[in-house]
Amino acid sequence: MTTQTSAGGRTRAPAAPAPQRRRHDDRTAWTFLIPFLVLYLLFVIGPTVYAFILSLFNGSLVKPGLGSWAGLGNYAEAVESSEFWSSLWHTIYFTILTTPPLVVLAFLFALLADRAVRGRAFFRVAFFLPYVLPSAVMALIWIWIYTPALGLAEGWLSAIGITAPTWLGDPNWAMPSVAMATVWWTLGFNFVLYLAGLQDIPRELYEAAAIDGAGPVQQIFRITIPLLGRTTTLVVVLQVIASLKIFDQIYLMTSGGPNFSTIPSLEYIYDQSFTNMRIGYGSAVSMLLFVVILAVSFVWFGIVRRQESGV
Amino acid sequence: MAIATTDTTLSVAPTGRERATAAAYDRRNKLFNRTCTGVLIAFALLWLVPVAWAIDTALKPNAETTKVPPTWFIENPTLESFKTVLQQGDIWKWYLSSFITSAATAAGTVLFASMAAYALSRLHFRGRNWVFAFILAGIMIPGQVLIVPLFREFDTLHLLNTYWAVILPQVPTAIAVFIFVQFFDGLPRELEEAARVDGASAARIYRTIVMPLSRPAVSAVSIFTFIWSWNNLLWPLLVLTNPNLMTIQVGLATVQGSYGIRYADVMASALLGGLPLVLVFLLFQRNIVEGIAGTGLKG
Repeated sequence: MTTQTSAGGRTRAPAAPAPQRRRHDDRTAWTFLIPFLVLYLLFVIGPTVYAFILSLFNGSLVKPGLGSWAGLGNYAEAVESSEFWSSLWHTIYFTILTTPPLVVLAFLFALLADRAVRGRAFFRVAFFLPYVLPSAVMALIWIWIYTPALGLAEGWLSAIGITAPTWLGDPNWAMPSVAMATVWWTLGFNFVLYLAGLQDIPRELYEAAAIDGAGPVQQIFRITIPLLGRTTTLVVVLQVIASLKIFDQIYLMTSGGPNFSTIPSLEYIYDQSFTNMRIGYGSAVSMLLFVVILAVSFVWFGIVRRQESGV
Repeated sequence: MAIATTDTTLSVAPTGRERATAAAYDRRNKLFNRTCTGVLIAFALLWLVPVAWAIDTALKPNAETTKVPPTWFIENPTLESFKTVLQQGDIWKWYLSSFITSAATAAGTVLFASMAAYALSRLHFRGRNWVFAFILAGIMIPGQVLIVPLFREFDTLHLLNTYWAVILPQVPTAIAVFIFVQFFDGLPRELEEAARVDGASAARIYRTIVMPLSRPAVSAVSIFTFIWSWNNLLWPLLVLTNPNLMTIQVGLATVQGSYGIRYADVMASALLGGLPLVLVFLLFQRNIVEGIAGTGLKG
């Protein structure tokens, strides 16, 4: 697409002979690109390659150099380690707990807001405000809400006669509690994405459907949901990728506990690399997580391509 | 053909009966929309509860926060907790660190990404497609999996515990280049062509024509980079151990235990920690929402 546009620009260009300009542009272009490319190589591409190299050695955080050659030993160890699998499971469990409500509720709220006669600005503030809070702020608020006896969560439940669990202190409830706080925290982002998608649907479609006798519910199922297919794909994939990178909330709210029941992959990498100083092993686990996230992105590209060719 | 037929039937003025049914559906729609509004207001209020509860707690004296069951009623409302936190002083240092690192990250990202994007969108050079693909690939690389090699790198450079360690890795954001390229591609070229004929250099065109026309992209990228940088926890936590350099995130995360059961103080510190970005959000609401809608950015 981009190439086409610039080609269009060139045909419209005034008299200056093209080959001369092109030679001239080469140097200018690289001058413009160099600052970004240098930082990009140093802090994105370089580290990616370096992580892969590190993963093939038994390096230590406190010793310079790569350490002894390990080959695929670190990967083998990770795959055989139950801690690795349980951290991956916690990550996936968190993703499973958060993605459906974050997609469905965001869609529902956006749908309601789109139909709302007024107050859209208020809804936007109410739902989006939590998203701009730093994770530490969000964690402090929710730790306080979940505090046994004194917290609002227990207060509300006991008011309607339900015995509250100890939330973050209970291995079975810790992850759902973190997930609930996360839904509150990040829903606003998806809400805004959906709201934008909804506004792109032409009003005439609804009017035409109404004239043809379709009620509001039918309109939602026959018009809104199908036409929001692409937005939904985007929301789901961004959500899954964000959830796979879970670290902040768990680190802050449970530090992986109680009884190691919530340690996610990133915290496992963090612990192995910076507490146990095993950077070779930590890098190997990083590469494995990277592959999982990459796989999700590729699945997304596949779906988007199919959706586009389908239209 | 079929579509054309429907079009003609639609353009015919509706008969009386058709008009009546349309009006009925309209009424039904209106009722439905009103119900929607009501339900959504309930949810929106529910969404505000945690923040309201934090404010409520922060306005209580510490002793009042340990009542069972918890109550919204404040017997002796006070600003004591806010005073305590502000006087204790750490939060000012955190504000400063967060502000310096986030502002520098945002400025660096906007400058370098827009320059690269200008070359990619406007200049013709060999290898353009390769460079573009090379940068786009970076969108797929999650920064969080690079903490080990990056830490090693900054350790070797002796830059741990400096603002540079926080700022530098956050500047090369591939998605920012992508956003600028898309925006530049949509800008009309006539002005630039005219300037070119007048002999203006590429640098001059970038500075005096393209960038001034790109306010929306600049504001979206800078606001988002600022928010992400401000809210980054993992990386600053690793590289900033000096209490004088800690950002809000690192500071709050490290001292969260130190208030003990002084819950009002804890909530006051959380609210003060969240305040700057809440202000940013309220000020730039429109840009933020349009930025998300237009690009689907996500941290």
